[in-house]
Amino acid sequence: MACFLVPTTEAIVTTIVEKNVEAHEKKEDKGQTLQKQGKVTFSRKLKWLNTMLWGGAALLAFEHVWHGEVVPFFPFLTAASNPSDAAEMLHEMSTTGVLMAVLVTVVWIGMVAVSNILEKRDTDVLLTNKR
Amino acid sequence: MTLLVTVFAAIISTILWYQKENRKELRLGTLSLMYWGASIMWFVDAIFEYAELHAAYFTPDPMDMLNDLFLGLSVVAFGLIIWLVILLIQDPKKIVRNAILNQ
Repeated sequence: MACFLVPTTEAIVTTIVEKNVEAHEKKEDKGQTLQKQGKVTFSRKLKWLNTMLWGGAALLAFEHVWHGEVVPFFPFLTAASNPSDAAEMLHEMSTTGVLMAVLVTVVWIGMVAVSNILEKRDTDVLLTNKR
Repeated sequence: MTLLVTVFAAIISTILWYQKENRKELRLGTLSLMYWGASIMWFVDAIFEYAELHAAYFTPDPMDMLNDLFLGLSVVAFGLIIWLVILLIQDPKKIVRNAILNQ
């Protein structure tokens, strides 16, 4: 009904965080230093999460338009027009929507973990070669 | 069916990302992450639907299946449009910029 709103909300928050982290990295010139060392900046890793959240939410929103659950006029969500449907919508958001956002985040954490392991391996190889 | 079509789109875009040398210029990472994000979300939707319908989830009506297939293909097309817009706006090879300026 409106489950895509939960990942969208998370995407808004993570986009703001990403912009702040990016600005911080630029300020400290951390981005270029890390890139030279063959490492991925945290802002870039956050971009992966944002792309998954925004992309997934956009395609899901398209599905809701397809099924007539999202309309281009107020209140925009057809379920919001009567209390019983609104309660069902909120229940769906708190179950399906939350699980969607959590699962995408868990997959992203996995991606970040793999990336960190690969970066560490690269650093170890470089250090061994220097010796 | 929508989940299946989106998962196939995600797999194909990931294979293209893996193969192509100019993956960064073509923003293939963005395209595959977008489809993977949608696939995960539809997977969650499928879990809840399965919990409600049980075995009947795997035997949908032909008309529902056709409608879902049509929706899945439309979703893939919509994703490609989003990716194309991002690619043309960022214009990494400056092709759009040069085309406009050289007119």
